[in-house]
Amino acid sequence: MQPPRWLQDAVRRVPVWLIYLGTALWLGGLFAMALFGRLGVDPVAELIAQYGKGALNMLIAGLAITPLRRFTGLNLLRFRRAVGLSAFFILCAHLAVFAVLDLQSLSRLGVEIAERPFITIGMLGFVLLIPLALTSTDRAIRKMGRNWTKLHRLTYVVILLGWLHYEWQVRGEVVEPLTYLTIILILLGLRFVPRKRAPLHKNVSL
Amino acid sequence: MAHRWTNDLTRADVTPKSIFANRRQVLAAMAATGFAAPAFTGPAFAAPVFARDEANTLDQIRSYNNFYEFGFQKEDPARNAGQMVTDNWQIEVSGLVDNPGTYTLDELIGGLTVEERIYRLRCVEAWSMIIPWNGIELADVLARIGVQDGARYVAFETTLQPDNMPNAGAYGMDFPYVEALRLDEALHPLTILATGIYDEPLANQNGAPIRLVVPWKYGFKSIKSIIRISLLAEQPPTTWQRIDSHEYGFYANVNPTVNHPRWSQASERPVGAGLFGGRRDTLMFNGYDEVAPLYAGMDLRVDY
Repeated sequence: MQPPRWLQDAVRRVPVWLIYLGTALWLGGLFAMALFGRLGVDPVAELIAQYGKGALNMLIAGLAITPLRRFTGLNLLRFRRAVGLSAFFILCAHLAVFAVLDLQSLSRLGVEIAERPFITIGMLGFVLLIPLALTSTDRAIRKMGRNWTKLHRLTYVVILLGWLHYEWQVRGEVVEPLTYLTIILILLGLRFVPRKRAPLHKNVSL
Repeated sequence: MAHRWTNDLTRADVTPKSIFANRRQVLAAMAATGFAAPAFTGPAFAAPVFARDEANTLDQIRSYNNFYEFGFQKEDPARNAGQMVTDNWQIEVSGLVDNPGTYTLDELIGGLTVEERIYRLRCVEAWSMIIPWNGIELADVLARIGVQDGARYVAFETTLQPDNMPNAGAYGMDFPYVEALRLDEALHPLTILATGIYDEPLANQNGAPIRLVVPWKYGFKSIKSIIRISLLAEQPPTTWQRIDSHEYGFYANVNPTVNHPRWSQASERPVGAGLFGGRRDTLMFNGYDEVAPLYAGMDLRVDY
């Protein structure tokens, strides 16, 4: 299966830095809205929620790239690093707003991580992303070889932790968290679809 | 019977209505003449940036609500509650009472003294507001309907209008919303039935036309838009306890020492104070220490 030519061409013309720029504008734009009172009565909670969901969405987008190429032929591989790093940057903002603007104290943060299981899990996910962000350079990819691929499979764990962290803090809602889980499980499951072997030519005449 | 309790927050803590009304007019005028960018003239920006102990503005109180029948997000009730029908409101009174039956609002509360009560409101989600309610003491209403011997609990039910409540059928919820108090809690002079805020009738999202306010308990105990009151001998189920008894107890007293599994109850974020409003420590019984004798001898870690 091949995507339409115009789509392939269009995607090829999109510069990778647009992902970083878009992420920065989105982060800054939301923060400015919060600053100017355009994000409702509880801007701190709203920023935390939006950044958190943004990071989850970005991680899911990253998870979609491989199956998208395999099952539709659309190749977005060259955006993958930017998508993953953007997810990491958004997560940094999520954590920063929580620690600096909401809790406003390191001791409170310590208590939260120790006593609130959903925050423990969220922090674990964040910590696991750090080595992935650090090894996202071309040099690391070259140096680590096969180990790089193995290490970066941690994103599967991170995304499940991220979902659990999000689902756990929801109050009352059921449908949206389950929709997220379904999408994540499908994207993970597609990786286990066996590849068709090339047909064996038994009756090749010599 | 009324005036058995005196505010610790006073009018001085409340932004006079004229001031925030004027402020909005000024901003609206500025917008009209092109002095302010339209993006900066919304209600949130128009609200004064106040110190932590001042009451929230009417705009804030009306735009940040939990009323799950209208949606899960804080802004949903303001958006969707307009369709709720509150005309010809009737309240069914039943159970261990001398005067059971269906009451109009006027029959139930007409002639009772309406007081202003400026209360702190602490949500179990660890945010808080200060709200100047107008209401009557629940004890006065209970006296009117005649509580019989043997009654130990007061149960309340919220209206359920599936056609007017977009989230009434939400999976995972269990409507109609029900709540209850022990009789001595219900009779405490702090406990009111509110009919207004800032001398304006309650907006639908705030629980029009009549709601409970129990300021020393987490907000979900203060049930909105009440259509049924029953006096009972046994403790009735309550909505959040039924959904998750591990997280929500029957008593739900504000208590910084009993942690909710998901939210720290040691501190709270006063909403409306903006991006840098910060936190403050949560007070036992939300600062209403006078209710402590109600729980003498009880282990509040067990009866949370």
